[in-house]
Amino acid sequence: MSTPILRVRDLQKYFPVTKGTFVKKQVGNVRAVDGLSFDVMPGETLGLVGESGCGKSTAGRSMLRLLEPTAGSVEFDGRDLLAMGKRELVRTRREMQMIFQDPYSSLNPRHTVGSIIGAPFEVQGVKPEGSVREAVQSLMERVGLNPEHYNRYPNEFSGGQRQRIGIARAIALKPKLIVCDEPVSALDVSIQAQVLNLLDDIQKEFGIAYVFVAHDLSVVRHISDRVAVMYLGKIMELTTRDQLYTAPLHPYTHALLSAVPIADPDRERARERIILNGDLPSPSNPPSGCVFNTRCWKATDRCRTEVPLLREISTGHQIACHFPEDKSAQGQSTVSGADFTSH
Amino acid sequence: MSDVVLSVKNLSVEFATEDGSVHAVDNVSYEVKRGKTLAIVGESGSGKSVSSLAVMGLIKSSNATISGEVHFGGQELVGIDPEEVRKLRGLKMAMIFQDPLSALHPFYTIGEQLIEAIQVHEKVSNSEAAQRVKIMLDRVGIASAEQRMDEYPHQLSGGMRQRVMIAMALINSPELLIADEPTTALDVTVQAQILELLRDLQKEFGTAIVLITHDLGVVADMADDVMVMYGGQAVEQSPVRELFYTPQMPYTWGLLASIPQMHTDSLKLDPIPGTPPSLINLPAGCVFAPRCAHRNSVPDGLCLTTRPELTTVSSEHAARCHLSVEQRSEIRISRNIGKVD
Amino acid sequence: MFPYIIRRFMLMIFMLFVLSVVTFLLFNAVPTDPAMLTCGKTCTPQIVEANRIRLGLDQPLPVQYFEWIKGIFVGRTYGSGTQTFECHAPCLGYSFKNGEEVTVMIKQALPVTVYLALGAFVLWMIFGIASGIYAANRKGKWQDRGIMAITLIGYSLPVFLIGLMLLLFVIVRANWLPYPDYVSPLENPIQFFQTMILPWISLAILYAAYYTRLTRSQMLETMSEDYIRTARAKGLPEKRVVRKHAFRAGLTPIVTSAGMDLAGLLGGAVITEYVFSLPGLGRLAIDAVKDYDLPTITATTLVAATFIIIANIVVDILYAAIDPRVRLS
Ligand SMILES: Nc1ncnc2c1ncn2[C@@H]1O[C@H](COP(=O)(O)OP(=O)(O)O)[C@@H](O)[C@H]1O
Ligand SMILES: Nc1ncnc2c1ncn2[C@@H]1O[C@H](COP(=O)(O)OP(=O)(O)O)[C@@H](O)[C@H]1O
Ligand code: SF4
Ligand code: SF4
Ligand SMILES: [Mg+2]
Ligand SMILES: [Mg+2]
Repeated sequence: MSTPILRVRDLQKYFPVTKGTFVKKQVGNVRAVDGLSFDVMPGETLGLVGESGCGKSTAGRSMLRLLEPTAGSVEFDGRDLLAMGKRELVRTRREMQMIFQDPYSSLNPRHTVGSIIGAPFEVQGVKPEGSVREAVQSLMERVGLNPEHYNRYPNEFSGGQRQRIGIARAIALKPKLIVCDEPVSALDVSIQAQVLNLLDDIQKEFGIAYVFVAHDLSVVRHISDRVAVMYLGKIMELTTRDQLYTAPLHPYTHALLSAVPIADPDRERARERIILNGDLPSPSNPPSGCVFNTRCWKATDRCRTEVPLLREISTGHQIACHFPEDKSAQGQSTVSGADFTSH
Repeated sequence: MSDVVLSVKNLSVEFATEDGSVHAVDNVSYEVKRGKTLAIVGESGSGKSVSSLAVMGLIKSSNATISGEVHFGGQELVGIDPEEVRKLRGLKMAMIFQDPLSALHPFYTIGEQLIEAIQVHEKVSNSEAAQRVKIMLDRVGIASAEQRMDEYPHQLSGGMRQRVMIAMALINSPELLIADEPTTALDVTVQAQILELLRDLQKEFGTAIVLITHDLGVVADMADDVMVMYGGQAVEQSPVRELFYTPQMPYTWGLLASIPQMHTDSLKLDPIPGTPPSLINLPAGCVFAPRCAHRNSVPDGLCLTTRPELTTVSSEHAARCHLSVEQRSEIRISRNIGKVD
Repeated sequence: MFPYIIRRFMLMIFMLFVLSVVTFLLFNAVPTDPAMLTCGKTCTPQIVEANRIRLGLDQPLPVQYFEWIKGIFVGRTYGSGTQTFECHAPCLGYSFKNGEEVTVMIKQALPVTVYLALGAFVLWMIFGIASGIYAANRKGKWQDRGIMAITLIGYSLPVFLIGLMLLLFVIVRANWLPYPDYVSPLENPIQFFQTMILPWISLAILYAAYYTRLTRSQMLETMSEDYIRTARAKGLPEKRVVRKHAFRAGLTPIVTSAGMDLAGLLGGAVITEYVFSLPGLGRLAIDAVKDYDLPTITATTLVAATFIIIANIVVDILYAAIDPRVRLS
């Protein structure tokens, strides 16, 4: 077994909630990320999926130390990221990059595309073979941009093209890991597919590991090798893509998958649906016990008091639930007691 | 039941801008029947919203030219006194929008906004209107409705706000509801709740629904009929099953092939190259030609010179494409799109 | 809402405290010795020293500050023994140049400025908002373009030019009004109005132009909001849409601007007061600067800044009254 490129343990990021006019008094915490543990292997893609506000972006930033984690440990390529000094951190950053959701605000509008993509060379003081310009233009070509547009500004590009610019910048220094935060969520379906394919190809070519953060389950399924499902800052289930999508064991995963409509009218209308009641609880005041218990149809008193720990239920399949779903009952469309409609 | 609630014929909307005229909607025709749902699907900027706003008489900008026919409730709405259309809005036809937070007035309570929706069209006392609002809020699944009526939109969750919008739209039992991307801003679990609610209410009130979306899963879930829009035109129109199982034109194929599917084994995406057209300088031939992989299968470069007409394949299925019906099924089968046996 | 107001008031008191410290330091930070300024041409070091002690300027700074603040609240007595004179609360100092308590001077000047500012305020708010809404409703039409052109002129004319032109044409040439000679409205209301009408108009022209533009752009922005589309989708008549839904939302930034502008004027409308010979605060301040009359400069600064701080709080509270998102979070 190879060593993981990224090893995250008990990662926590709390944002303080303050009150007061003169003296800010801390009255609580937004538990945006509340104890994540997982490994990412070289060259693999770990999907991080969950509803908005569950802490995906915060997790993505914290694991690169773009946000200072409240607690926990992050090892990148065997090195303790959180113990690093500023210098070492900057040097390590060339091996880990991030791609953002909003292709409009993540690029400086006053810089040319050439200087945006070339920035990593300058910041890191890396001399590419040949000139920076040549390197940038070959990167542009690689991501499907016209190299002659080197001197154009971001506003002259469409959303999809801007995302390509972001990708070119991220792969400039041949990183070992890229955290992609909803890279295709703002794009139209036809463009989304182009960018997903590009990410796929680049991964194959350079062997980069991805942490792919998204709320769209079908996109995550498409790109991931393994998937972690998050809810209120915690991992509910983590396993291989196929297991997760065909036989989810956590009630939340099950409900989440069931909520996604299938683009096939006959199958869509025939299938049984679980419709969850209510909304996401506030992360500043999460439910006691299992955080999902306010919306879970299987919740018992135990769920309301005892926190279910993330445990390995079979090889490579971790879940955090006292009463996992019955594996054998799945694949068929019936789920005992789960046929919930909202009214 | 085949009573047509809304019938749109050759609707066109043009905006005069400094850069030239924008053909946002170009010659679109469709019908919606009582209790049925027509889905309008397409990428952003394809004219979905503008076409529905035109039906509602909600295009107010002075640079707009609207032509064609909109038959609704026994009246022709294009060209009549705007006051007549206003009286229908909110009473006989209603609309909900993508972002329920910005669609609700931040300064008025939920109760005030819903009561107003009743009182515009009907002389009823405040207390009676409030009573009806409470019943409607209950109906759309808002717990402790009475208390919610005194709250402001920012105090509710996203799903709750969309329920309020639905309650407001349906409070006068309109015959037609236009829902413009009603779940795009919501999470999937909440989307499932809202779609379920719309389906239930449609059954109960017999409302005809025009559902605008870019999500083919939502279309498969909700629609009876589908209209695919591209570059301001309806490029394919058909009942929902035929659209998914025997789609007839390359843009629809492209859409179906580029979405990551939840249920198929194939993980390969087959995206449409290029980007959607600018509506100012539409190509002379087929609007989709610059991105179409099959334009060379049509003889004489027809795709680049001649706009294809909307031609029928079966009584209810039409598409805008120069490919012959035989060519279409060959290509569809070879690309493994739709139902291939 | 109530805790919000309390919080705002606490903030106001804090800001007033900071303001008083800053003004006080300003007084002491001038390069010239304040005591020097108290005696005229026939100055001897003995007189200066005597005055220094009389005014308490020999005390350490914190003590001086405390005495000053105390004076504002309870009045103070300068000097000791037989050589004392009383400065009544609110005592803002003693002006040697004028041989008068500063408070007395401010008490005379303040009403003039208040009448001037309030009158102009009422005029410009009525005309500015009305024509702004009118222009917004006819966006792009000739009425709109006409109004915009006029406001551009009004906006770019310097206020002294407007004032002087009015003075020249209405009073000097046409003789429609007597020369401005300020009296209190309680004394002679007719003469008061005759004096004030031109200053009001010349101030209001500038601000009305600005408020027309502000109102118009606010209304246009609000009219493109999603909730306006919702209001129309409900079937509300356009009048109701504008009056009930758009106006209230578009109002908020106007309230802010109006509060701050009014407060700014209450601190003295220097140019207008000068052009029309109105003995207001602005004039008092400028004269004090010319004479290097330190206590008066400090006092007028304090008064003007106090108006701004109070306006800030009032605007915040109005904001909360208008917008529940401010009130309820
Ligand atoms: N800088 C911040 N300060 C306070 N709370 C924050 C901050 N950033 C995020 N949050 C909160 O943390 C939670 C998780 O946010 P985020 O990581 O953005 O979720 P996601 O990416 O899954 O939508 C949310 O409740 C959000 O409001
Ligand atoms: N008032 C307007 N003036 C000019 N162009 C407009 C106006 N309103 C909409 N458009 C244009 O019409 C086209 C169709 O827009 P829309 O119907 O909103 O698209 P969709 O809802 O399918 O995303 C877009 O290209 C848009 O820029
Ligand atoms: S622990 Fe209990 S509440 Fe939580 S998911 Fe499992 S069954 Fe549901
Ligand atoms: S008409 Fe030609 S270009 Fe247009 S969709 Fe058909 S084949 Fe493609
Ligand atoms: Mg996020
Ligand atoms: Mg739209």
